[in-house]
Amino acid sequence: MIHQIKALIHWYEEVLSLPHRREIASELRNEDDLFLLLLYSEMIGIPNPAYYYTLELYPYILEKFHDWHLRMGMEKSPLSGFRCC
Amino acid sequence: MNAIVLAIIGMIVFALGYRYYSKLIAEKIFRLDPNYVTPAHRYQDDVDFVPTNKFVLWGHHFTSVAGAAPIVGPAIAVYWGWLPAFLWVILGTIFAAGVHDFGTLALSVRHKGQSVGTLAHRLIGQRAKILFLFIILILVLMVNAVFAWVISNLFIQFPASVLPVFIQIPLAIWIGHAVYKRKQKMLIPSLIALAVMYGVAVLSSEISFLQIDLVRYMGGEAGTGLFGLGAVSTAFFIWIVILMIYVYIASVLPVWKLLQPRDFINSHQLVVGLGILYLGLLFVNPKITAPMTNVVSDVSWFPLLFITIACGAISGFHGLVSSGTSSKQLNNETDARFVGYFGAVGEGILALISIIAVITFFPNKEAFSASYSSFAAASAGGLGNFVQGASNLAMGLGIPTSISTTIVSIIVVSFAATTLDSSLRLMRYIISELGVEYKMPVLEKKHVATSTAVLASAALVLLPKGPQGFGSGGYLLWPLFGTANQLLAGISLLLISIWLKRLGRNYLVTLIPMVFVMFMTLWAMFQQVIFEWSWMGTGSNMLLFILGAIIFVFAIWITLTAISALAGKSDRKI
Repeated sequence: MIHQIKALIHWYEEVLSLPHRREIASELRNEDDLFLLLLYSEMIGIPNPAYYYTLELYPYILEKFHDWHLRMGMEKSPLSGFRCC
Repeated sequence: MNAIVLAIIGMIVFALGYRYYSKLIAEKIFRLDPNYVTPAHRYQDDVDFVPTNKFVLWGHHFTSVAGAAPIVGPAIAVYWGWLPAFLWVILGTIFAAGVHDFGTLALSVRHKGQSVGTLAHRLIGQRAKILFLFIILILVLMVNAVFAWVISNLFIQFPASVLPVFIQIPLAIWIGHAVYKRKQKMLIPSLIALAVMYGVAVLSSEISFLQIDLVRYMGGEAGTGLFGLGAVSTAFFIWIVILMIYVYIASVLPVWKLLQPRDFINSHQLVVGLGILYLGLLFVNPKITAPMTNVVSDVSWFPLLFITIACGAISGFHGLVSSGTSSKQLNNETDARFVGYFGAVGEGILALISIIAVITFFPNKEAFSASYSSFAAASAGGLGNFVQGASNLAMGLGIPTSISTTIVSIIVVSFAATTLDSSLRLMRYIISELGVEYKMPVLEKKHVATSTAVLASAALVLLPKGPQGFGSGGYLLWPLFGTANQLLAGISLLLISIWLKRLGRNYLVTLIPMVFVMFMTLWAMFQQVIFEWSWMGTGSNMLLFILGAIIFVFAIWITLTAISALAGKSDRKI
């Protein structure tokens, strides 16, 4: 019985927190997206003195980068000379 | 007849519908496949696409779609007697709402979790996107105006509910802070908030100076208020202005600060409300005093019943939730039946208790007829009757009438306020998107879009003049709200029918409700626009005429598109 009540409370808590988690994750992702944009701002014509160094990060965030450019509405990677998709 | 019998019949039909009809659709029509990789798994990003347990997803889906609309519609529609309203809620839920909510979920899952708006765009092209945006814009405009009226009306009728409702705002901000900043769990703070709200409700029900009764302050209904208006008119004006200022602020704040915590509290209120009413029904065992059918001379039930009860029988808004969020979180394709169809059944259960609360409230048929003397009287007073009827049921649990009336009105106001918050935010987004579409960058600005939304909604709710003066005629917009909602449902059912036809499946299960809903909507709208609101009509009103005519043209357009698409003339694929 106690087990079932605990399961019920857990379910209720999950129902309540589902949209909340989604919202927080979405806000964090927006911040991440902005950060990536700053890293690779040269691509859209904004000079970035650190571009050479940020480009070195590229191999480590390859998958993340692919998702990012899709989210930003670019079907193909904006980086010429690098293979992405 | 006892109301329990009606509730039991309703529950049995809902259970049979879920057990057999939805199973048939799941297995033979949609052919749900447990091995299909759902978008939640395929595109899992832990933000939008998150595989979620079906019971949790159902809970979230149900709390997103349940609001004040399935309460208001049935409370008005019992004007034609309880039988037509009861049958439309039961049969509508089984054959229209269930299929629609389930179908939009299944359709979206098979199309990368895309929303019905995007799918309509692919079917009809760019024109469809704009058309879709306009229909949603009209829908949310109606929602803002109607719910602002609903809240003002309840504040005037039940002044004890004002303080607890406003207490909810700081409580929600506190919960938002506790959960977001201090990473606390949300169950305990939101339960504390609920306890504080209901504690204040008990106090304000008993202590008269805690009741913020604007009409009384101005010397009662016969008194005069501001600008030479009557007391009731002024009260409507003040409450609508306050509500619009509130929604403006709520709509520009981050969602976690106010909107979401309000939702946490309202989820409890939904559970508390449904629990109190159904338990009360068991204990009180009231008799149905309203007539089974009510012959009226002003407005025929056919076809107006089908747009008066929108949510609770079929609602296009559910398709937006199904295809917008729920489809991206479905763990297994077979869960679509439980989440979508059973979500609609939950809404039907809410509409059913609304009918029961109203039809058991009156001591006899004469009292019912006096209150429901005309369609206008039913529309203006239906919600008040629900609140009093529901508090009668709550009395069965030993709660005194004054307190239960306050608590029920708080529940309805909270639902309406949350709907108002979200729909104004939605309207802001749509105005911004239209700004992008029509190259008007000024509309993309947050405060410009919000101000436009607030001013348009305030103007719409204040303009129609009701029997109690300025602003009290917001209920006149109810048929327009129902029509816009049904129109959206019609488009979604059309998309599902086209999809099923292309797959070579039997598409009659969605086509028949689509034809029914579109036919009733067109007919009811035609009647209202020409015989009621036009210069030839009995209740001539240019504003309602123009809005109604726009919706009518949209409905015709969609019907023609539907015929063309179903006849296979469109070469577009979905």
